[in-house]
Amino acid sequence: MSNLFDLLVAGLATGAIYALVAVGFTLLWQTSQTINFAQGEFVMLPAFLMLAAMHAGAPFWLAIILGILLSMILLGLGFKMLLVDPMMRHGVLPLAIATMALAIGLKEAVKQFFSAEASPFPSIVPTGDVSIFGHAVSLQSIGVLIVAILAVVGLTTLLNRTSLGHQMQAAAQNPTVARIIGVPVERMILLTFLINAFLVALASLLITPIYLAKFSSGEVLGQAAFIAAIVGGFNQVRGAIAGGLLIGVLDNLAAAYVSTQYRAAVPMIFLIAVILFRPQGLLGRAEERTV
Amino acid sequence: MTGFAKPLKIALGLAVIAGLIVVPMNFNRYGLFILSQWAVMSIAAMGLNLTLGYAGQVSLAQGAFVGIGAYAAAIMTTHGWPLPAAILVAIVLSFAVGWVLGYPALRVQHHYLAFVTLAFSTLAFLVFRNESWLTGGIYGISNIPRPHIFGIATNKPLPFYYVCLGTLAIVSLAVWWLIRSPWGRAFMALRENPLRAQSLGIDTRRYTLMAFAIGSALGGVAGALYAPLTQYIDPVPFNLSLSLDLLMMVIVGGAGFYFGPFLGAMIAVLLPEWLRFTEGYYLMLYAIAVMLLLIWSPTGILGILDRYLAERRTKAASALRAVAKSRLETAQ
Repeated sequence: MSNLFDLLVAGLATGAIYALVAVGFTLLWQTSQTINFAQGEFVMLPAFLMLAAMHAGAPFWLAIILGILLSMILLGLGFKMLLVDPMMRHGVLPLAIATMALAIGLKEAVKQFFSAEASPFPSIVPTGDVSIFGHAVSLQSIGVLIVAILAVVGLTTLLNRTSLGHQMQAAAQNPTVARIIGVPVERMILLTFLINAFLVALASLLITPIYLAKFSSGEVLGQAAFIAAIVGGFNQVRGAIAGGLLIGVLDNLAAAYVSTQYRAAVPMIFLIAVILFRPQGLLGRAEERTV
Repeated sequence: MTGFAKPLKIALGLAVIAGLIVVPMNFNRYGLFILSQWAVMSIAAMGLNLTLGYAGQVSLAQGAFVGIGAYAAAIMTTHGWPLPAAILVAIVLSFAVGWVLGYPALRVQHHYLAFVTLAFSTLAFLVFRNESWLTGGIYGISNIPRPHIFGIATNKPLPFYYVCLGTLAIVSLAVWWLIRSPWGRAFMALRENPLRAQSLGIDTRRYTLMAFAIGSALGGVAGALYAPLTQYIDPVPFNLSLSLDLLMMVIVGGAGFYFGPFLGAMIAVLLPEWLRFTEGYYLMLYAIAVMLLLIWSPTGILGILDRYLAERRTKAASALRAVAKSRLETAQ
């Protein structure tokens, strides 16, 4: 049983990071119908921005702030203005393909300008174990969980309890009516892109100490977040959170109890089952069918 | 592309075909390999263009079918079977798996369908990697023989290039016929308005499954050529990124245009090679080029041509109208 407990904690910690990435993913989908295939690379990049800042001599805390700010400018503002805005009116597919190209571009840029090798990355949480109910749990897992939960709680409070959040939801649900009642829809969409950039930078900060900074590390992560978003409900923030945690736990349990070779298959089969039997996701609401 | 006169179009087509046959004769080994790869990828992209461009069903699994075809060919030919038999098996196998994969398309559409096929793609990759009794696992299958066609050995790069080109020609003709047949019209009806297609008596269920199965079968053909082309296969080339690459080829060339996949494959296979002189930057430049192209023309390269021709036609038509109008006025 002790094994199960450890697996659950580790799974929740990875799942919390998936959730952060998946939430950003669903936000972009809701406000601008962007399916961002580069989301995994968006998580990979901020770690390198922070590393670059540290190489330039900045202390760790300053590097974190600079990294988050830079990724909000590049992956939030830049992504929206340079790629999404010109392509949004042409439909979902061309934009999705363009983000695939962006993913290749980001990977290659990091490989070329930084390094093809994996670089170690400092952790914001001290390493070590604490004892909970007689189990040794790594501080890293706990730290990741706490930061991720704070971020998610902050985001849901923003979305559900503030006027700004209500305006964002209105802009996502019905842009035309939102515009009529005076919601600055364009600004709200921009805000979701900035929030997404913030979330991926945070995820980057949390996950890179565990898996090292590498140009290709976004592939697996992007796919996991993608699956989490769909499983939980593509059009719901709380769905993406639940999906992230679920996929994280499932992945860890599958590695232990199914087989290490086929661990990646378990979330995929789960995904297919969810799409076939509950396409709107476990917590999502059904979208009207377009004819 | 109705803007060109018909004889001109035929002459252009013949010139391109002659060029593809004659020009590579003094290419080196690598040049021929790249051109053969272009032919193989064109076949796979043509299959995806049928599924996506004509029938409107998004698939992120075409790379998996290339893998299925490649493994079928590699396993059979290393056990002494001739390549044509292996191609046949690859077609039947991919067709059957594609048919089954089409079933989700009956339930879900658009992006959900893309996600199901994405998951399938990953599952197929895991099978290629883990079932080492069949696929050789991560060590792959080596020493894949190249075929004898009409008693001629195709071990050298040039004869095998002609095998790829010949297969491409056969597939192109078959697809050309298909999209002009009632089936092709039914596919397009499915893409434009599934509900109306159904009300016109088109069995949308069957045609959706068909679109998937035929598109996948062409992926299988491409794979069955890919194995003897590289003479060694392992799971890595058939991961999700091949499916994404093929999708990119179809969109960049122009989805739903007959010549789209040829152009898309050309850009995806040849452009990075032409950019090699930039050393480490070539894939980055390729990615930027694709993004700029899609910003400029979301319907791909042929979309640009299409728009240009449409514009010219409307201009010509309005000029004619103006002339007719002024004649009317002078007559009064």
